[in-house]
Amino acid sequence: MRSEEVLEGVRARDQRSLGRALSLVEAGEGEEILDGLADLAGQGARLGVTGSPGAGKSTLLSSLVGYWRGLGETVGVLAVDPSSPFSGGALLGDRIRMQEHSLDEGVFIRSVASRGAVGGLAEAAIEMVDVLEAFGFDRLVVETVGTGQAEIDVMEACDLVLVVLQPGAGDGIQAMKAGLLEIADLLVLNKADLEGSARLESELREMLELREEGVGRAPEVYRVSAKTGEGVQELAEGIDRRLRRLEDEGVLEERRARRRREAVKRLVRSSLEKRLDALIEAHAPKLGEGSPREGARWVLGTLLCPPSGSDARAGLPAEEEM
Amino acid sequence: MSGDKRRIRVLVAKPGLDGHDRGAKIVAAALRDHGMEVIYTGLHQTPEQIARTALQEDVDVVGLSIHSGSHMTLFPLIHKELAKVGMDDVLLIAGGIIPENDRKQLEASGFGRIFGPGTPTQEIVGYIEAEIEKKRQ
Repeated sequence: MRSEEVLEGVRARDQRSLGRALSLVEAGEGEEILDGLADLAGQGARLGVTGSPGAGKSTLLSSLVGYWRGLGETVGVLAVDPSSPFSGGALLGDRIRMQEHSLDEGVFIRSVASRGAVGGLAEAAIEMVDVLEAFGFDRLVVETVGTGQAEIDVMEACDLVLVVLQPGAGDGIQAMKAGLLEIADLLVLNKADLEGSARLESELREMLELREEGVGRAPEVYRVSAKTGEGVQELAEGIDRRLRRLEDEGVLEERRARRRREAVKRLVRSSLEKRLDALIEAHAPKLGEGSPREGARWVLGTLLCPPSGSDARAGLPAEEEM
Repeated sequence: MSGDKRRIRVLVAKPGLDGHDRGAKIVAAALRDHGMEVIYTGLHQTPEQIARTALQEDVDVVGLSIHSGSHMTLFPLIHKELAKVGMDDVLLIAGGIIPENDRKQLEASGFGRIFGPGTPTQEIVGYIEAEIEKKRQ
């Protein structure tokens, strides 16, 4: 399928085309598609779900999806799992926990391999959510294992972030170490059916009181059991309440504006990077000698204010004025 | 992402009712270790589930594992479901306990290779890589 066909298909709400479109965007070949869908960018609620492996994110998400489907809402899910730093391969198994929705046309689940910190995960994942949103899902969810800058970047591009914790994985101090509490809007203590859940809750609440003095807003705490379904409805309602509050306070718009600014920055950066690579390639021998700092100044000057003549080779480092 | 752009994506699925997923897991791990992105969905997948997962994940390869003897019923159904959702261009391969005659019949009906017990994982990896290379040209 060519890009135009895929674009047409996505606009006609064909799921086969959606699958293709996501692949193209993930591979960095989705420019045409993203441009062609820009007018469909909506205000679908973007939820980020993060937490350590085994905390029960996928299972919890599956329960939430069930709840939303009961309300007649459609859901697009992006499930990110880590790639092997050794082989670059990945075993993506988040779907296993969401099997009950596998035949539901109103739920679309896509697995993504994180491809390491330098793999462009944040850029790709955010643009993939853009595509899911343009397709018209009411709810958009990104699930990641909560470590690494790229994953934090993905979470920061969401309207609302859920951090999922479980008892038996260390005390509240461990949770604080992980740096996850800072990005959480809602803290979900999953596996409420297990021993230690109540203690973890009180430890966390204590911790949150300590940080209340500082800046930022305090996350709300929910105790649920995705396994028994206990607390899932309360959590779902809490998510919407929090979203409304963020909207009323103008925080949501602020976050969305930031998301758009970050997207501009990302696009500029990637386009500059391509030109940088080409320029360095073209002047490799010259730039391989002399002072790197001087070379950099020349390259920067050439990139930002290309000389009017087509041959940039003329003004190598010495003539640089800055 | 450069260099990683065209990683091979494989759906490893177990249709039917048998619970023997060791083979499927070994193959899944081997493919991962050779740089492929493997989507693993677990046991008891219906043909419709397999087709919908293949579509959502936009995979290059669907690998089926079966030991229950129901392959001559299930495999053609899966083939049909994949075609129904427009995924008939995937490389469809399988492994498990599959008698020689059935193997030939399946391979003649649009399946790629059918691998028997004891196949070195390297052989499966090499086959997939070569076939996908051909398809992508």
